Amino acid sequence: MNDALRILPEIVLVIAGVVLMLADAMMAKQSSRKPLGWLAVVGALAALAASLWQYELPPGTAYFGVVQTDAFSVFFHVLIACIVLVSLLITIDAVKDSTEGLGELFALMLFGAVGMMFMSGATELLLVFVALEISSISTYIMAGFRRKSAKSPESALKYFLLGSFATAFFLYGIALIFGATGTTRIEAIAAAVGAGNTPALIYVGLAMIIIGLGFKVSAAPFHVWTPDVYEGAPSPVVALMSTGPKAAAFAVLLRIAYGAFPLLHTHWVPALWWLAVLSMTIGNLGALRQRNVKRMLAYSSIAHAGYLLVAFTALSAEGIAAASFYAVSYAAMNVGIFAVISHAGEYDDRLTLIDDYRGLAYRSPLLGGAMAFFLISLIGIPFTGGFFGKFYVFAAALHSGLVWLTIIGLINSGIAAYYYLRVVTAVYSRPAEASPVMAVPRPSMPLLLALFLTAAATLVLGIVPTGVLARARQAAQTYPAFSQTAGTPLSER
Amino acid sequence: MVPTSYYLVLSAILFSIGVAAFLVKRNIITVFMSIELMLNAVNLTFVAFSRQWHQVSGQIFVFFVMVVAAAEAAVGLAIIIAVFRARNTLNVDQIDLMKL
Repeated sequence: MNDALRILPEIVLVIAGVVLMLADAMMAKQSSRKPLGWLAVVGALAALAASLWQYELPPGTAYFGVVQTDAFSVFFHVLIACIVLVSLLITIDAVKDSTEGLGELFALMLFGAVGMMFMSGATELLLVFVALEISSISTYIMAGFRRKSAKSPESALKYFLLGSFATAFFLYGIALIFGATGTTRIEAIAAAVGAGNTPALIYVGLAMIIIGLGFKVSAAPFHVWTPDVYEGAPSPVVALMSTGPKAAAFAVLLRIAYGAFPLLHTHWVPALWWLAVLSMTIGNLGALRQRNVKRMLAYSSIAHAGYLLVAFTALSAEGIAAASFYAVSYAAMNVGIFAVISHAGEYDDRLTLIDDYRGLAYRSPLLGGAMAFFLISLIGIPFTGGFFGKFYVFAAALHSGLVWLTIIGLINSGIAAYYYLRVVTAVYSRPAEASPVMAVPRPSMPLLLALFLTAAATLVLGIVPTGVLARARQAAQTYPAFSQTAGTPLSER
Repeated sequence: MVPTSYYLVLSAILFSIGVAAFLVKRNIITVFMSIELMLNAVNLTFVAFSRQWHQVSGQIFVFFVMVVAAAEAAVGLAIIIAVFRARNTLNVDQIDLMKL
């Protein structure tokens, strides 16, 4: 029973998902499936409450040490529950009553969240693998959800092929590490490495794992799938998959790098350093020449993965806290902007290019204002969550003596301001006389709720970040090897 | 008894063939099969190491990989059918509505 409490949020989500699918099967064929969305929202709320309740549990493992609940896993559980909750609201707003297979879409969002949550709590590579696949397979299906459109199946196919390719690498890495250490348990691997058991296999295995996870977080040079998948997938789904699986994959990367291989940091830190530099640069330069808003945001998400990796290379408790905080602030602003895009684009049937957004603020002051606000946060201007996210990341990097990485990151933030501001200008400039004025549908209640939640989160993170930051610091304490050496430059360790 | 290294070399070769085929082949079904080849190369590695360490956990891992691969195949084939219906082709080069 005690064990079950440690995976309570996952249990809640699975039950909600199964109930949803059963209800979907029993409803009359013609009736609207939208009420099922509210059932899913209730499930996500219950999972959120269960996750928050887990803060009360003493840290520990369950099911023979396969899952761990600690401040770190609970932090990501809460984040994932919030992301799914808001994504569900956006989906309810975006889809029409007649959309086919809606019940399955809602259930898949919940099941995907189960995988992401298990990823953040897993301490056994077997569970990491199964959880990664639960989350990935759900998102493959969701990406191709609008199967009558031309782009959506193509997006799903590209996501599926490259995603499984990456999974194979990840799996080969696990196999080699199993061969080198005789175990797939993260703690035991760390112990084996600590005992001086480091054959060459372990380095190859670690490299393979980094490649596999690099694909999942869309870090350059493993990013090629991202723009196509984000362009073709339905916007509410992109809101979920650009934040949730990414946060979970970063949690896994943290857990493996800091939990299993802290002693090999001289080998993986340079690799992550290059990943960070390449992601920031390729992401931002790629975004500059995009005309499609969703493609631009895809490149921007590659760049943001780069900023997050900067925090990893800091190799300190401060860096872990900064990465966790960044994941939250990125989730708030990115889900928010996709809420706007999903509504303004009426579930992707129109408004795809940046030029299409010209004058949005005049047609709908609320949507235009919200879009500008989230874009400003993505740039990292003060009084938004994006500012403190970047601030903590670069502060952690500087404290660890990573001067060059910080400089490259700051130059990149400057480049990023250009393409975000281009969209802000478009939103606030008067539409040309000749262009047909397109009416934006009135925002529905779920959309207003989603916009309110994401905008409030972005604003609160930008004005009083202390609450979330305290939780992020608490999460970083899970890795004691690094909390003691926090603040000392790498060269002195 | 066949030494473990033989199995490891064989699985490394199989994995490399899978990677090469994934990158070179143009038919979606073939590309998909090369992913399966990669997964099975990993399975062979697991079993070989499992014997070397006298631990059953590697073999259990293989069962999970097989189950997940089956689930992935079901979803993957469904996606391939959806693409074929929308585009009437199975050539990866012709599925290019969205350019990099």
